[in-house]
Amino acid sequence: MTKLELMLAGFGGQGILFAGKLVAYAGLIEDKHVSWLPSYGPEMRGGTCNCSVCVSDEQIGSPQMLTPNALIAMNQPSLEKFIGHVQPGGIVLVDSSIIPTKVDRTDLKVFYVPATEIAEKNGLKGMANILLTGKLLKETGFASVENAKAAVSKVVPPKKANLIDSNLKALQLGLDY
Amino acid sequence: MTVVFDRPHALTDNVFHYCPGCSHGIVHRLIAEVIDELGIEGKTVGVAPVGCAVFAYNYFNCDMAEAAHGRAPAVATGIKRANPDNIVFTYQGDGDLAAIGTAETVHAATRGENITVIFINNAIYGMTGGQMAPTSLPGQITQTTPYGRDVKTAGYPVRVCEMLSTLSGTALAQRVAVDSVAHIHQTKAAIKKAFQYQQEKLGYSIVEVVSTCSTNWGLSPVDAIQWLKDNMIPYYPLGVYKDIKEGEQKND
Amino acid sequence: MKVLMKGNEALAEAAIRAGCRHFFGYPITPQTEVAAYMAKQMPKVGGTYLQAESEISAINMVYGAASAGKRAMTSSSSPGISLKQEGISYLVGSDLPCLIVNVQRAAPGLGGIQPSQGDYFQATKAPGHGDSHIFVMAPSSIQEMADFVETCFEKAEEYRMPSMLLADGMLGQMMEPIELKEGEPKEVEKPWALTGTKMQRPHNVINSLYIDPPELERILIERYERYAKIEENEQRAELYKMDDAEYAVVSYGASARIAMSAVDKARDEGIKVGLIRCITLWPYPKKFIEASAGQIKHYLAVEMNMGQMVEDLRLVVNGRAPVDFFGRAGGIIPSPAEVLEEIRKISKGGK
Repeated sequence: MTKLELMLAGFGGQGILFAGKLVAYAGLIEDKHVSWLPSYGPEMRGGTCNCSVCVSDEQIGSPQMLTPNALIAMNQPSLEKFIGHVQPGGIVLVDSSIIPTKVDRTDLKVFYVPATEIAEKNGLKGMANILLTGKLLKETGFASVENAKAAVSKVVPPKKANLIDSNLKALQLGLDY
Repeated sequence: MTVVFDRPHALTDNVFHYCPGCSHGIVHRLIAEVIDELGIEGKTVGVAPVGCAVFAYNYFNCDMAEAAHGRAPAVATGIKRANPDNIVFTYQGDGDLAAIGTAETVHAATRGENITVIFINNAIYGMTGGQMAPTSLPGQITQTTPYGRDVKTAGYPVRVCEMLSTLSGTALAQRVAVDSVAHIHQTKAAIKKAFQYQQEKLGYSIVEVVSTCSTNWGLSPVDAIQWLKDNMIPYYPLGVYKDIKEGEQKND
Repeated sequence: MKVLMKGNEALAEAAIRAGCRHFFGYPITPQTEVAAYMAKQMPKVGGTYLQAESEISAINMVYGAASAGKRAMTSSSSPGISLKQEGISYLVGSDLPCLIVNVQRAAPGLGGIQPSQGDYFQATKAPGHGDSHIFVMAPSSIQEMADFVETCFEKAEEYRMPSMLLADGMLGQMMEPIELKEGEPKEVEKPWALTGTKMQRPHNVINSLYIDPPELERILIERYERYAKIEENEQRAELYKMDDAEYAVVSYGASARIAMSAVDKARDEGIKVGLIRCITLWPYPKKFIEASAGQIKHYLAVEMNMGQMVEDLRLVVNGRAPVDFFGRAGGIIPSPAEVLEEIRKISKGGK
């Protein structure tokens, strides 16, 4: 994939923006053009939250991924809101431990990943976002695994450095799924 | 020949534009004398208001800024934060300080902004020709209270020193007057103390000078002084409202 | 080494690197990260971060610090900039350099909090009351959010006037990799500054009051001679795929990015279209548009408002080619597909 046009969406608190940053940083380490654009405003608090990330070989015009070629959906409303906009042939990652429904479009590569459940089983509560990012990495190859891992230590703030290992573990679980 | 009385160095030789009987000239002179005596002219920066004292920048020999109406405390804050070693004072009237600039005044005080405020309270808007001020007295006739200030519709006067004395950032809040020689001496002492408190970095200091505006009060200068004694001082008692060195005391 | 930064944080860091040590602000979405960044960083470099009681106070604190000769700035978003307009007029009238950042949101009134370019008129035509201009730059990327901060300070000091970085919520909130500048900022002599006379010079006065009409008129004429120089020397724009273009999109800031995406797509369809991206909004980059006038058959202004910059474009084109407008407002960012559709229309000779 030469250009990743990613929409991540879910509830506030699921780490949507953080996962987006991880993707963006991996792209930065790859020396690619990168943009990251969050939704902002009252919806940050408990409501829906989304984030557009673009990783590209070329200069990025609009940073808004209105017709993404990859979607990570972490709740039902987000899936419903964005599924119709994904480009044909695009990749969709659904956290199936939260979203019970199936995607009825047949022109997409849809992966149902019980990310929240797997993360909890592995003692990585709240890291479904990173797990899904790992799966995205596996399916799209937007960066090398090595650079994605390097990005983890970039985006985890120094004060929370103890969480780097668990983030790496979550990423690996996604890569292995 | 011995010179026994001269213009303070901190005043320029520009002729004041103030009306006969106006208190501004006296207070300007007192500030300049204090600046001379403290030897701080070279590092003092003054901020002039909008109001009759709008041209104060022409009268003081120190560096001067002209502020928008009511904003002098914010401008002074910027100057002081830029160069904390400068001595920064504002010179403001009642409309400037207690109406349009109330927010700037209260917050400069509550921040303990290390500036000195000289506040001329003459209970009227002078420059625009005699309208009600936030400090106009109940019943006072002005151009915009032609039947006398009715507190039911125009509200009550603001007692600035009392209000600011409640704020922890205020180092000195003192009300004085320039209606007599004794009071003029007190005023000078208060202004000096305020500047000294700033030198000692104690915080916000304000000297409220109860003043006359004979032109807009429609009185002769002598009658205006009497009106001040009879009406202003009873409503605005003179004294130290806050002095962080002395603790609180009221009414000298 | 590139770092990933939000636009708001990038401009704040760039300001510190440009030697700005005095920031006065008031919280407002979507620029609050500027204040938060300054609150964190200014104490580390011995600078002042002060959260003022209002936008009005903040701009007047800037007036004070600028009077004292320091690089000072404030930052806000549209409703807050309206409050600052009084102070901006005084800064203009007193010939004081400073930086004002406007991370625009949808308006009028309380409007919304999503991105907009609705303050183009305010920034370029009437930054405050009276005859006045400020130097206005419109960044389109996070790199420019950072780079233009220093340019704004430099031009402000060179011409003794306020500068504005006119961004919007999208640029404020988004992250891109940027390279931050190293090195010492240029020091400028400010003999007019209020630093105290030290009893060695006549007193300096910072003032915008001239009660004598002929004197005030003379000062305005002098200031406008300076403005003419700026219009001569400081116009900036970026030309994208304009060499063989028959159609031109004219845009700026965030909407220019959308326009660029649309131009690329239109080129794929064989439409000879280019983009004139205005970088300075005042002075308006007339020269760049003028240079295209014989070549372009149809212009399309793209903005995130109801049509503002398009008026300046029409003045320059002056009837030599049709000028159309496409915009989204209310906090909506136009999509490249929408802009592409408009480009198709003008390329078919109509709209």
